[in-house]
Amino acid sequence: MLALMDSFQATIDADGRIEPRDAMPEGYRKTLIRQIAQHAHSEIIGMQPEGNWISRTPSLRRKAILMAKVQDEAGHGLYLYAAAETLGVDRAELLDLLHAGKQKYSSIFNYPTLTWADIGAIGWLVDGAAIVNQVPLCRCSYGPYARAMVRVCKEESFHQRQGFEILHTLCNGTEAQKAMAQDALDRWWWPSLMMFGPPDASSTHSEQSMAWGIKRHSNDELRQRFVDMTVPQADVLGIRVPDDGLRYDEETGHYSFTQPDFTELYEVVKGNGPCNEQRLAHRVKAHEDGAWVREAAAAYAGKQAQKKASAA
Amino acid sequence: MSGSGSLIEPLWEVFVRSRRGLSHVHVGSLHAPDATMALRNARDVYTRRQEGVSIWVVPAADITASSPDEKDEFFDPAGDKVYRHPTFYQVPEGVDHL
Ligand SMILES: [Fe+2]
Ligand SMILES: [Fe+2]
Repeated sequence: MLALMDSFQATIDADGRIEPRDAMPEGYRKTLIRQIAQHAHSEIIGMQPEGNWISRTPSLRRKAILMAKVQDEAGHGLYLYAAAETLGVDRAELLDLLHAGKQKYSSIFNYPTLTWADIGAIGWLVDGAAIVNQVPLCRCSYGPYARAMVRVCKEESFHQRQGFEILHTLCNGTEAQKAMAQDALDRWWWPSLMMFGPPDASSTHSEQSMAWGIKRHSNDELRQRFVDMTVPQADVLGIRVPDDGLRYDEETGHYSFTQPDFTELYEVVKGNGPCNEQRLAHRVKAHEDGAWVREAAAAYAGKQAQKKASAA
Repeated sequence: MSGSGSLIEPLWEVFVRSRRGLSHVHVGSLHAPDATMALRNARDVYTRRQEGVSIWVVPAADITASSPDEKDEFFDPAGDKVYRHPTFYQVPEGVDHL
């Protein structure tokens, strides 16, 4: 066993990939299961705030796009559950943990989508932040997770563009439409910055995850990358990032900006966000309402198998 | 509440031929009650952007795999047979098409 662990470390040191049946430290396995499950849960819970607007899109074109986007998020969840299962857990087990509130999903999805501009802001900012988080995960040391991320990242860029396009259209519309876009940016800016997690100084899992090649950049690095990328885009839209401390630093080539209020993040994680209860209740209901479909499909499969067996 | 209605559906490994002339390549896995549903789900999950012209689904339980614990012994025999590669041989100068 010792030799096998040596080969794990050697693979990590050589920036190689760990594959499902390789020997791996229990902590590595557990960390990955927790992270991939939380990621998968985020994808499927993330369908709710946007699903909220599918029946109310301003045009058929927007409706087709939004449905495709929400369907992609379901797909992302499935890629990720499949990746988690290679570590020896069942998807059904992970869903039970989500439903029981024992595993988390990204806090961003506990905020409500009040106006159509929020759908634009989610695509632009939330998917934008997700891309910044996910691109480095394409090089994660665990093969199945990295491969799932490659697939996800390919699909994300359409998500971000459609969101930006929604806001761009609003910003070039009436005063009221532009105000709606500004209001969405005002509400989504800070929660989007929180998506990168707590500041490095108080991030609990980061160091070990870096050593294992699961994480490649620190939370603060990624947050900075997101701000640098997003602020010029806001300028193009002609709306204002709601941060009085925001300014471009010629010397460093980066924006300096105000950190979000992390006590809010901790509160939302604890379950005290505006929509925590609603999101979880909706998920549990969807799962329970779908039970008859799963039962019918299983009964049909059983019957077909029986028919086949008796015909043989 | 826990586990309510969570039937364990078998796991299927999915292989996709991205275009004619290429082999099927493993793309991931999914759960489905039977092969027909597995194929339909695979289409929806793995080929939403025309990533494939043909799909195979294989029950994961039916795959026999070499063991990673024995990978050294298992693949060793090929290790010292460099003469299986053309680069092992010296070709005299002036000899073409060899
Ligand atoms: Fe996604
Ligand atoms: Fe997305």
